[in-house]
Amino acid sequence: MAVDETEVLARTLMDHLPALQVVIPLMSAPLIVLAGNRKLAWIIAFIASASAFVISYALLIQVLDGSYISYWMGGWAPPLGIEYRIDALNALVLLLISGIGTIVLPYAYESVKTEIPKSQHTLFCALFMLCLTGLLGMVATGDAFNVFVFLEISSLSTYVLVALGAHKNPRALTAAYDYLIMGTIGATFFVIGLGMLYMATGTLNMADLADRIADQGTNRTIRAGFAFIVVGMGLKVAIYPLHHWLPNAYTFAPSAVSAFLAATATKAAIYVLLRFLFSVYNPAFDFADWTLYIIFIPFSLAAMFVASFVAVFQTNVKRMLAYSSIAQIGYMLLGIAMLNVTGLSASIVHLVNHGVTKAALFMGVGAMVMYSGSAFFNDLNGLGRKMPLTGAALVASGLSLIGVPGTAGFISKWVLVQAAFENGWWLIAIAIMLSSLLAVIYVWRMFEVLYLTAPSEDCTAKDPPLPMLIPMLLLAGASIWLGFDTDLTLGTARVAAEGLLAGSAGMAQ
Amino acid sequence: MDTSTALYLSMLIPLVAMAGNMVWAKQDNLRDGITFICAVLTFASVLVVLSNIGSGTSQEYKLFEVVSGIDIAFKVEPLGLLFAIVASGLWILTHVYGVGYMRGNNEKHHARFFAYFAIAISAVMGLAFASNMFTLFVFYEILTLSTYPLVAHKGTPEAIKGARTYMGILMSTSIVFLLTGVIWTFTIAGTLDFTKGGILAGNIAPALVPVLLGFYVFGIGKAAIMPFHRWLPAAMVAPTPVSALLHAVAVVKAGVFTMLKIGIYIFGIDFLAETGASEWLMWLAAYTIIAASVVAMTKDNLKARLAYSTISQLAYITLGMALATSMGALGGGMQIAMHAMGKITLFMCAGSIYVAYHKTEVSQMQGLGRIMPITFGAFLIGSLSIIGLPPLGGSWVKFLLMVGAVDAGKQVIIGVLMLSSLLNVAYLLPIVGRGFFRPATDKSLPTKFAEAPLLVWLPPAITATGTIILFFYAGGIQDFLAPIVSN
Repeated sequence: MAVDETEVLARTLMDHLPALQVVIPLMSAPLIVLAGNRKLAWIIAFIASASAFVISYALLIQVLDGSYISYWMGGWAPPLGIEYRIDALNALVLLLISGIGTIVLPYAYESVKTEIPKSQHTLFCALFMLCLTGLLGMVATGDAFNVFVFLEISSLSTYVLVALGAHKNPRALTAAYDYLIMGTIGATFFVIGLGMLYMATGTLNMADLADRIADQGTNRTIRAGFAFIVVGMGLKVAIYPLHHWLPNAYTFAPSAVSAFLAATATKAAIYVLLRFLFSVYNPAFDFADWTLYIIFIPFSLAAMFVASFVAVFQTNVKRMLAYSSIAQIGYMLLGIAMLNVTGLSASIVHLVNHGVTKAALFMGVGAMVMYSGSAFFNDLNGLGRKMPLTGAALVASGLSLIGVPGTAGFISKWVLVQAAFENGWWLIAIAIMLSSLLAVIYVWRMFEVLYLTAPSEDCTAKDPPLPMLIPMLLLAGASIWLGFDTDLTLGTARVAAEGLLAGSAGMAQ
Repeated sequence: MDTSTALYLSMLIPLVAMAGNMVWAKQDNLRDGITFICAVLTFASVLVVLSNIGSGTSQEYKLFEVVSGIDIAFKVEPLGLLFAIVASGLWILTHVYGVGYMRGNNEKHHARFFAYFAIAISAVMGLAFASNMFTLFVFYEILTLSTYPLVAHKGTPEAIKGARTYMGILMSTSIVFLLTGVIWTFTIAGTLDFTKGGILAGNIAPALVPVLLGFYVFGIGKAAIMPFHRWLPAAMVAPTPVSALLHAVAVVKAGVFTMLKIGIYIFGIDFLAETGASEWLMWLAAYTIIAASVVAMTKDNLKARLAYSTISQLAYITLGMALATSMGALGGGMQIAMHAMGKITLFMCAGSIYVAYHKTEVSQMQGLGRIMPITFGAFLIGSLSIIGLPPLGGSWVKFLLMVGAVDAGKQVIIGVLMLSSLLNVAYLLPIVGRGFFRPATDKSLPTKFAEAPLLVWLPPAITATGTIILFFYAGGIQDFLAPIVSN
């Protein structure tokens, strides 16, 4: 009898995985505040985040065959009720976000000690979980307005998380304020776009939206809505000329926050962009020529070259990594603009690979900053030799950022260039390679500072405590591992790309 | 032992040596002894592969699939096997020499040095046995990365600058040109497997073949074809054992080996001949041969002179491929072994002179031959082999290349090769002449026999003897390589 009951319970839980994915981290936040104890807070957060990770993996293996799971929130049938819809694309992004969240938490446990006053640690933890909830919700939901709600949850908590860096450097406050203004404009644009879509179609369910847009064809309201949504999300993605908020936010946020945001926040936004471009609007919608060729390609090329070039001249490593992120977002947009399966899979796989790589880099730099007090190149002299394991993690992930063969970054580059050749865009292929030379320069500059300069004599730096070291090494190892075993990343990305290009059918069926 | 085990062992044993160097970093003799044993075992496992496969071609050993259609996989074929034999065999001698040099010269960080050295050897083995262009490219880049710390070893501003040039040129050419070419090839041919006769015929418009070849030729920066040759002189800031094994044998040969591989197995010699796609490359290689020799004559620094000589000699191999004839390709393949033996001798001698008397410039060599007769004798023999005089190994290469040039109907190349030999005489023999016949100007030098330490002068003496032996076994090497061009 008892066995049957647990089985029934397990089955019921299985059915509710899409909701639990978001609900568990959400409920953990107030629980943490109530608990009020630093250790307990972290244990709750870690359990919640780890269960979100396990759930996203369980979801992913169900949709690997190209199918999707539709979950009706509260049993209300869509399009009236809120629907969560999981397919290969968002399952992969969910896995990335929850995975990075889980890995960053132990790191944060140690790293915030030097950055944030102890009294605020549990609040930090709660905010972190809210941010995670927002990002997961944005990605899991199949309801357009729900995306906006979760976007705001994640954004608001992010502003505060960035501002917490002010205990070390007051400039974090202006960085957070900048981000607040830009992020709010982005969210407003996004919601205006949604309003227009609602006006034209009378629905907010993505699948339903897709059907109705396909039925009634294009009109000015729908096109204007499209423009608002792309620009609004573009701000959150930090598409090249809309990137202004990103460098300061990443530079002045506490180390753990930088690592988490760099790996997840822009990635979730790219997911939403992909979803709207390809699922809600059909690729056949007349955006193809205009948006992709005339806007995405020039802006992504500009990001690849200009942002990388700016990165080369930074004196602060965190800021250098931030500019590098803007450049890497250029690669993802370029893959989208290719408008073929290979290009889209390149974007999706790069989203994951770059997330893992950048998180490892920010973690490594964060560990060094703990000893040096700042992230300026001058203060990091010779630290690679003083902190051998941290240095090794930075080397591995730095090579992946360049895209050296045998690393995750190489796979992304390979697929992206292949896509360019498939379209016959060989000039673009060469441009991709040339811009990655800039990455060689800025990454190598970091290596030279870490290894070929002499550390100051009274330098007491050593490898950080295990809770920081293990996450860092795990992610650095992953950025190598994903360069060899591409089943999970590239395999899933291909399924997702095929689904996206099948158009709104992938959404509605 | 079966072939696959031996093949993987040849890549793994150097990594054991690396681990040994890291674990016993402080125990000099134990550490260097382990590396020596590993070097011998690596050579032995390559010999096992040789005895199993001979000059045949093995099956493909697939390690795993990276992206669908692209594997990390290995396969033994004569050209790669020859390269592996040369590199692993010379590693033993270079290690002995390296121990003598590093100790005799009071260099620092021995363990780190030998550890990276071992990684480089492992990468060379992987590269030599690669069964497709992707695998080869992976090991090509590992080789670049693992040799960077060796070039920067001394940590002086000069070494850092040299290492930056080294890294910058090799990395950027391989990313911008080679990788683009490889992905382009994969897109049009659907495979990257090395296949006799090439994989491109019928997949590419004839007008584009020279362009694709250009991506490969300039992408393989390690082959030091002008104008991407600057890294090689820059790398000479490295300690001499690095210059000897890596920048006369392993790294540069990895470059020209890749060049031969793509010529024979990606494009196909016949396809190149039909399309005439490699004619421009032939002229470029000829130009590199002459121009690098001329530059070598102007260099007073001995290692810089040898570096430019290497650039010139490497272009022989590219030339052999670009001739697009069987004899040319064979000559190129043979040059891998012959030049390796000759040039490593010269570099080791240069290091020997440096360890004993700290002389680096040619103009300081007066009278040194009389007190270091073994070093200078070995240098003489090595020089003659590079010049290409019988009875030394290098002579056969010139012979085969000339035959290849006639086959291709490019008689003018014979003139280029002859002129190159004369230039070699002009920049190599005066060094020996100064050593033996000019009286010493430096009064602090001893007047009687006073060689470098045994471990430093013995290896070049052995390799010098090797160049003589190779003259008599050249027929064997030619027969061994013959299957790569037979139909």
